[in-house]
Amino acid sequence: MYISHSSLSLLLPSAPAIQIRFILIQNRAGKTRLAKWYMQFDDDEKQKLIEEVHAVVTVRDAKHTNFVEVWQKDLLDAMSVLGFRNFKIIYRRYAGLYFCICVDVTDNNLAYLEGIHNFVEVLNEYFHNVCELDLVFNFYKVYTVVDEMFLAGEIRETSQTKVLKQLLMLQSLE
Amino acid sequence: MPAVSKGDGMRGLAVFISDIRNCKSKEAEIKRINKELANIRSKFKGDKALDGYSKKKYVCKLLFIFLLGHDIDFGHMEAVNLLSSNKYTEKQIGYLFISVLVNSNSELIRLINNAIKNDLSSRNPTFMCLALHCIANVGSREMAEAFAGEIPRILVAGDTMDSVKQSAALCLLRLYKASPDLVLMGEWTSRVVHLLNDQHMGVVTAAISLITCLSSKNPDEFKTCVSLAVSRLSRIVSSASTDLQDYTYYFVPAPWLSCKLLRLLQCYPPPEDGAVKGRLVECLETILNKAQEPPKSKKVQHSNAKNAILFEAISLIIHYDSEPNLLVRACNQLGQFLQHRETNLRYLALESMCTLASSEFSHEAVKTHIETVINALKTERDVSVRQRAADLLYAMCDRSNAKQIVAEMLSYLETADYSIREEMVLKVAILAEKYAVDYSWYVDTILNLIRIAGDYVSEEVWYRVIQIVINRDDVQGYAAKTVFEALQAPACHENMVKVGGYILGEFGNLIAGDPRSSPLVQFNLLHSKFHLCSVPTRALLLSAYIKFINLFPETKATIQEVLRSDSQIRNSDVELQQRAVEYLKLSSIASTDVLATVLEEMPPFPERESSILAKLKKKKGPGAVSVELEDGKERGELNGGGDRGGDAAIAASNASTPSPSADLLGLRSAAPVSGVAPSAGSLLVDVFSEAGPAASSAGVNDDGFLSSTPPSAASEDPAPPLPESDELLNKFVCKNNGVLFENQLLQIGIKSEYRQNLGRMYLFYGNKTSVQFVSFSTTVSCPGELQSQLNVQTKTVEPLVEGGAQVQQVINIECLTDFIDAPLLNIKFRYGGALQNISLKLPVTINKFFQPTEMAAADFFQRWKQLSQPQQEAQKIFKASHGMDTEVLKAKLLGLGTALLENVDPNPENYVCAGVIQTKAQQVGCLLRLEPNAQAQPGEQMYRLTLRSSKDTVSQRVCDLLAEQF
Repeated sequence: MYISHSSLSLLLPSAPAIQIRFILIQNRAGKTRLAKWYMQFDDDEKQKLIEEVHAVVTVRDAKHTNFVEVWQKDLLDAMSVLGFRNFKIIYRRYAGLYFCICVDVTDNNLAYLEGIHNFVEVLNEYFHNVCELDLVFNFYKVYTVVDEMFLAGEIRETSQTKVLKQLLMLQSLE
Repeated sequence: MPAVSKGDGMRGLAVFISDIRNCKSKEAEIKRINKELANIRSKFKGDKALDGYSKKKYVCKLLFIFLLGHDIDFGHMEAVNLLSSNKYTEKQIGYLFISVLVNSNSELIRLINNAIKNDLSSRNPTFMCLALHCIANVGSREMAEAFAGEIPRILVAGDTMDSVKQSAALCLLRLYKASPDLVLMGEWTSRVVHLLNDQHMGVVTAAISLITCLSSKNPDEFKTCVSLAVSRLSRIVSSASTDLQDYTYYFVPAPWLSCKLLRLLQCYPPPEDGAVKGRLVECLETILNKAQEPPKSKKVQHSNAKNAILFEAISLIIHYDSEPNLLVRACNQLGQFLQHRETNLRYLALESMCTLASSEFSHEAVKTHIETVINALKTERDVSVRQRAADLLYAMCDRSNAKQIVAEMLSYLETADYSIREEMVLKVAILAEKYAVDYSWYVDTILNLIRIAGDYVSEEVWYRVIQIVINRDDVQGYAAKTVFEALQAPACHENMVKVGGYILGEFGNLIAGDPRSSPLVQFNLLHSKFHLCSVPTRALLLSAYIKFINLFPETKATIQEVLRSDSQIRNSDVELQQRAVEYLKLSSIASTDVLATVLEEMPPFPERESSILAKLKKKKGPGAVSVELEDGKERGELNGGGDRGGDAAIAASNASTPSPSADLLGLRSAAPVSGVAPSAGSLLVDVFSEAGPAASSAGVNDDGFLSSTPPSAASEDPAPPLPESDELLNKFVCKNNGVLFENQLLQIGIKSEYRQNLGRMYLFYGNKTSVQFVSFSTTVSCPGELQSQLNVQTKTVEPLVEGGAQVQQVINIECLTDFIDAPLLNIKFRYGGALQNISLKLPVTINKFFQPTEMAAADFFQRWKQLSQPQQEAQKIFKASHGMDTEVLKAKLLGLGTALLENVDPNPENYVCAGVIQTKAQQVGCLLRLEPNAQAQPGEQMYRLTLRSSKDTVSQRVCDLLAEQF
């Protein structure tokens, strides 16, 4: 049966379940520069997700959207571990790095797209013109930056000023 | 000078990372890593106590090695030691190691929790945050047990630092999501809600995620958040672009917080308080107005942040679906985006408009954008955008624009991506049927569909066109003419041959007057395709030929010649050979009258759910078409009763309503069974071809029944239901026929059929003894609430049941609204003077009123999404009590009455189903998902069953019923 127009409006749109499933930073060759998981995955699942995200994201160009809804037709097997709710990957490319956030399909695309950019600007400020090598050598600090801005799969702090102030304070500690 | 130098402070680490980067091969890398691991291991085991710095450095190296993808099996203790350091950098590395390499080693968990506890009570905000982040990252049950009580206190305490509050709020959210039973908000509720008023925007940003989650689970307890959220939103929306300083992002005040506030409001219906509502509407209007203002910056960040808020506001407007003015404005705004140069915006506008199209207030406004959307379908480069355009066209389709939309979709199909063709075909077929005003258009559309994308046209689609043609005599002539023309194409799709063969076999006579389509021409045309077709199609064509013999006696000789040829009568395929032999014989032996009766025109199909949407009961092998031909006929006579029970039910139905033609063709092996079986031994069993296992398991109950209620103890009042009656009820959840009950005296068989919200149940009471039952009476009652939910009518039965005989009782059931309990059946009779008094539950369960619903993955997911309110979902996780045989599972799910949807769940191990429960009061759409963990050891195999429906009681009931089936 196909729900008619009238009865469709009776079904309230979904209640929000905002949650980031993971954040990935990968380079064009598929090397992971950061993987932050907000759901339980086993190591094989993580590896598969990393590979498949790389595969879907790198084939897209500037004429494509910054969003990949994974349940469509380019279904990723590994993605089924994410649970049945639909999800999507919101990504943005900066030079050779892809910043990817996996969220619920009902989540606000543009808010997360700018969430990525906000994060990148903080990294850029913190590492003074961030480059891929900064993320490699300071991987343990990148986790701190992430935790300041995203926690438990939610946005924790959005003010660049506040985040940087806190990071510099931590930097000054022994 | 950069804020951070490379490898800052840990030179050894930087050197190690450089070494790894310089490795030329995987082998060299592994060698270097092994060397390092050996070094670290010796340091950890060495006699010399390591200082904090070295420990930190080595733990950090281990972490790096782990992140490279290598296993780490030591160092956990050293990491835990770092937690109790009073140096931030050492503590941080310790916590990071724990967060990344969680290990459920109970010994360590205790130590970790101890360290966390110390840090939480340290009053040092930096340490408190580290500890909270660790809990938020790990989120284990042990941690929830240890800290779920403490964290709310930290969150609402007056002297807690803002940054700690932020972390505490999200930490609590994580624990709540992981172990909701351990997080008790009770006394904290109001103070948590008031965090929406906190002057620190970061605290609000973090706290609102927690509040949103808690509100969606307990809307009533948190409903005071609505007015607070509205006033917070109003302050942000009306602030100037620089007012919020730190929280202004590219001239947009607090975009993320605004989005979160708008999301929170989507947990609730529109505010009842007029003032609050007025203020909110004002906010929404302001947001829409701002979209029209010239941008304050040309940067994409500015417009993205602004539009993030706008789309969230539109979601809220759609959620309320009560402000026509706002809906239409939203639609116009999205209309502008449809032509925006940013692909992202076009995509999001198409997506958002799709939901707007389903609101009665904005449906018309959406329709005005049809040309743009059609253009998008043709020109967008990103397939996901084209997909959205197709979705939107489908959503905006109604009677007024159906012809245009269907035509556009058809022409798009010619070049459509393979990935979306099948879905497009279904969409076209559905729209064509739904909005067909004249059926010739419908026939044209479907035939075009077969012509353009024949491979993607599923059986359901061509079955449906045949059903409709058979049911509508005004279109039959046209259909015959059209298929005849379509078949003239030198290469036509096999599906076209099927439709052509079927329709000409039925209605070829309507065009036979024209010499260009005389009977022989028709036959030759069909037969010219024969050799290129698969076996099922050939079987169908043979049936068409025998129909021709009846329609056009002049073709008899030609067709008999064909049937007699070696390639038919000696065909290696059994089905084809059998048909050729039988049809040949039939046409030579039977008189014209008999032929005319056997081969008369198909009676109309009962009006029912489109078969495009209704799942075919099971995959059929070769000969499918013959079954379809005959099944159709029987279904016509049985009011579609065969739909549910499968072939067995049809065979059984035949027995009670013998149809004159059903077995004339001799294709069916099941012999009609008379109502009363001759001997008590085989009583009923013949009637219920699927009753075998049920009968034997019911038999096991005999002793229990007789010992628990001995005949002498029976009274005149209806006995309470048998203890096993729930179990008996469960046996019939996924099937309609079988033995309901059996003891040494009596056997009760059941056969039932359901259509829409109506059901008919036949009860067969068999006397297993050689002595008659006297004063035999039965009553069916609906206890309590059920009275207003089900309408049950029965006819009385004869009071005398002879030994070895069987009486039948018919029960009519109407489902008024959804229900939980089952009607009670009480049977009383005297056997040898003793009163027998038995009460059972009649196996009428809510799922019997399921109408299967076929849908494509995209539709399924859209529905699923729409049903994501917590109360709409019911879930159970349970142990498998039987094996996980795929076919058995499938059969049960089909038996439930839902459609089993293939290729929907990304995980092929899982099952998803859809159906609509038909009650008199309403229809309740229901989606189901069953996830087995088939890889687990036998004995540990579990299922997770999730039900979503528009009605909470239905989700719960169906979930409960089904959970007992596996």
